[in-house]
Amino acid sequence: MTTERLAILALKNAPILLFVAIFLIFGLMSERFLELQSFENIVKQASFVGIVAVGMTFVMLTGGIDLSVGTNMYLSAVVAGLLMQELDLSPWIAFVACLGTGLVFGAVNAFMIVRLGMVPFIVTLGMLVAGRGLGLLLTESRGVILPNDVLRFGAGDVLGIPNPILVFLAVAIAAQVVLSRTRFGRHIYAVGFDAKAAKQAGIGVGRTLASAYLVCGVCAALGGFVSVSQLGIVNPGFGEFTELYAIAAAVLGGASLFGGVGSVLPGTVLGALLIQMVQSGLIFLRIDVYVQPLIQAAIIFLAVTLDAVRNRRLAALGKRKIRVEGESKAERPTVPRTRTTG
Amino acid sequence: MTAPALELDGLGKSFFGVWAVRGVDLDLHPGQILCLVGENGAGKTTLMNMLGGLLPPDEGAMRLGGRPYTPQRPADATEAGIAFIHQELNLFGNLSIAENIVVDRMPTYPGLPLVNRGRMRREARAILDQIGLDLPPDTPVDALAPGEKQLVEIAKAVAAHARIIILDEPTTSLTNRETEVLFRLLRRLRAEGHAMIYISHVLSHVMDLADHIVVLRDGERVGGGPVDAFTIPRMISTMVGRALDQLFPTRSHQPTDQPVLEVDGLSQPGVVKDISLTLHRGEVLGIYGLMGAGRTELARILFGLDPHGEGVIRIAGQAAAGTDARGSIRAGMAFVTEDRRHEGLLMDSSVAENMTLVSIGRFTGRGVLLDRRAIQDAAKTMATQLSLRTGDPTLRQPVRSLSGGNQQKTVIGKWVLQAPEILIMDEPTRGIDVGAKYEVFTIMNDLAARGAGILYISSELEELMGVADRILVMHKGMIAGRFERSDFDSRAILAAAFGRTVQDAAE
Repeated sequence: MTTERLAILALKNAPILLFVAIFLIFGLMSERFLELQSFENIVKQASFVGIVAVGMTFVMLTGGIDLSVGTNMYLSAVVAGLLMQELDLSPWIAFVACLGTGLVFGAVNAFMIVRLGMVPFIVTLGMLVAGRGLGLLLTESRGVILPNDVLRFGAGDVLGIPNPILVFLAVAIAAQVVLSRTRFGRHIYAVGFDAKAAKQAGIGVGRTLASAYLVCGVCAALGGFVSVSQLGIVNPGFGEFTELYAIAAAVLGGASLFGGVGSVLPGTVLGALLIQMVQSGLIFLRIDVYVQPLIQAAIIFLAVTLDAVRNRRLAALGKRKIRVEGESKAERPTVPRTRTTG
Repeated sequence: MTAPALELDGLGKSFFGVWAVRGVDLDLHPGQILCLVGENGAGKTTLMNMLGGLLPPDEGAMRLGGRPYTPQRPADATEAGIAFIHQELNLFGNLSIAENIVVDRMPTYPGLPLVNRGRMRREARAILDQIGLDLPPDTPVDALAPGEKQLVEIAKAVAAHARIIILDEPTTSLTNRETEVLFRLLRRLRAEGHAMIYISHVLSHVMDLADHIVVLRDGERVGGGPVDAFTIPRMISTMVGRALDQLFPTRSHQPTDQPVLEVDGLSQPGVVKDISLTLHRGEVLGIYGLMGAGRTELARILFGLDPHGEGVIRIAGQAAAGTDARGSIRAGMAFVTEDRRHEGLLMDSSVAENMTLVSIGRFTGRGVLLDRRAIQDAAKTMATQLSLRTGDPTLRQPVRSLSGGNQQKTVIGKWVLQAPEILIMDEPTRGIDVGAKYEVFTIMNDLAARGAGILYISSELEELMGVADRILVMHKGMIAGRFERSDFDSRAILAAAFGRTVQDAAE
């Protein structure tokens, strides 16, 4: 029975084990990879995808998806950049406008999904295209150069911890508290598990769903700001494919595409770090740049396959055993009664 | 006598000019369990939907504790102290028991948006203690057994201060022991003054639990009174409107001695052990056992859905290739699963689409395109053969809108269209009414008469004894007894299911 319990424990913590395993593999292949400096770089580079992925986790927990986060990052950064470049406004005002743009962007998604009852996949796919178009229109397809103040924030630190990491950490902790300790957070889990039952239980399903898309929109804008504060420029291609990395991070961290299952800490944060670690590791090992995406994809597929296997195994272990005397209680699954998700 | 908790006065509801419920009077007193019985489509659901604020009545009135009650929305019913416990539970498996109990009103710290988990846990503990459920409030609901989930649902109702609790077929997924626990709880709530309406097709449970019985037929109240005035036969005859002296159709033929399915020494670790059986053409072979004895698992292995270790399965003399449902279907097997909603039907697809799902390959007409008219015709013929009752003769309505019995007939029709050689039926009569059961048995007999072999798995011993030619009893994954029709004896069969002999049981 104890080996079974051990198996369940291992399966439940698969993201952590995977993280450690990949870390060790790269470490064995390149010693420099194990230095603190390179780890700090990984976390720093993971921070903007991580922040976006935190918002994505909210949406995925409801059983939805937001494909427009990459475009949202771009458009919000463009608005902030233009306010500083063209109108010479202070970076603080530009920052608030950036988050505001992300919020409005999320609100448009929410309106179409909740009020008009459209499918999240299609709504956010449309917004992915439309938002990019609007941004290109505003900038006439040119890059927007950001003032040095913004760059100084991106390169700065507090007590030796780089600012991007601090923002990432703050967002992740706040999100985890919201998800596990507030009514809103618990209702997100309930809606994602069974929206119809949630409605019957008197939960404001529409409000909960809409809020998840708003959170996702603001997170996307914040992630975008953190990223451009390191780059100093908003290029026309900025943010492209970030939605894929954000979704991958959430899934690698244990979030289900069907909703109701997942967490930000450790879940999505680990997922985001894992993806960045693979990217950095491949650079460390001087793998051909054209081969890198293939290896990355292979690792993501592997992780998701492991996840599917894990869920099947967990389900199988949870099944009632037949050859035990008596009914119900004696043959109940031996899944340890741990606390619920979150 | 106390004032009634609920009074219905000439309640009626019509759809497109057809009365679904008409002129129903009903009194429910505090501390009373009222059982509502009737065939599928008798109007029970419509009646409960009016009570729950889902449908406005067209005539008549409802009163709660003497005051008029006119619910507009489900929330009004909840506010008025009415709780519904449906067949499909409204629980969140990813949340804890405590969170489920207070899901719409989790306590927070004053001035903060944070949930006060300590208080939530204490509130839940108090409710769980009140109903005598000894489970840690932090347990995720997914880790509970079906019976425990049912009890958590009742805890929710009690926590919401419901004075009237309505239960719709609450025992369908429960073991006997879990059912006993549930009934003990219901009696306890009754003693505390709760009023309950209990809807069920399991008439022995009704006799066991009810204070009062109301019988509906075709939307009207056709009988009612204290439980002492009823016997099961009288309930049935009132429900169907005629004396149903025959619960099982007569068999017009004898089983042959040609084997169609042979199983030899079949084992799968932890599931079944050393199963040997032979099913003949024209035979209805019953399989009995307690829940968890391995019956469904055996059926899944035979159909190729689950793997097996040792042993051989031969279909019509040919060794079955392996684990593959497609291969089994091609070899002439059909499997009516236990869970028709999730495994047997596409609930939102039409009756015609569901019926022709397995045999869809036959309807490709001249090319690769489907011949819609042929599909329609085949489905219609089958619907007539099964006396399927739908509101829509074109069979385009979604299966979801059918009653349980007609849903089950649709599943059966899907397989009968394939003209199977071997039909495995797992609990085919669960949750369907007496009339529909009779029709399901008739279909089984007809198929057997045409030379098919039928493996009929059921927990209803009486039904098995009425229909089967032979009964095999399973216990802990093994066959614990074999009975020929001439030696059917419910005590001996039950004893075998418990892994004993009759002598043991008599002690």
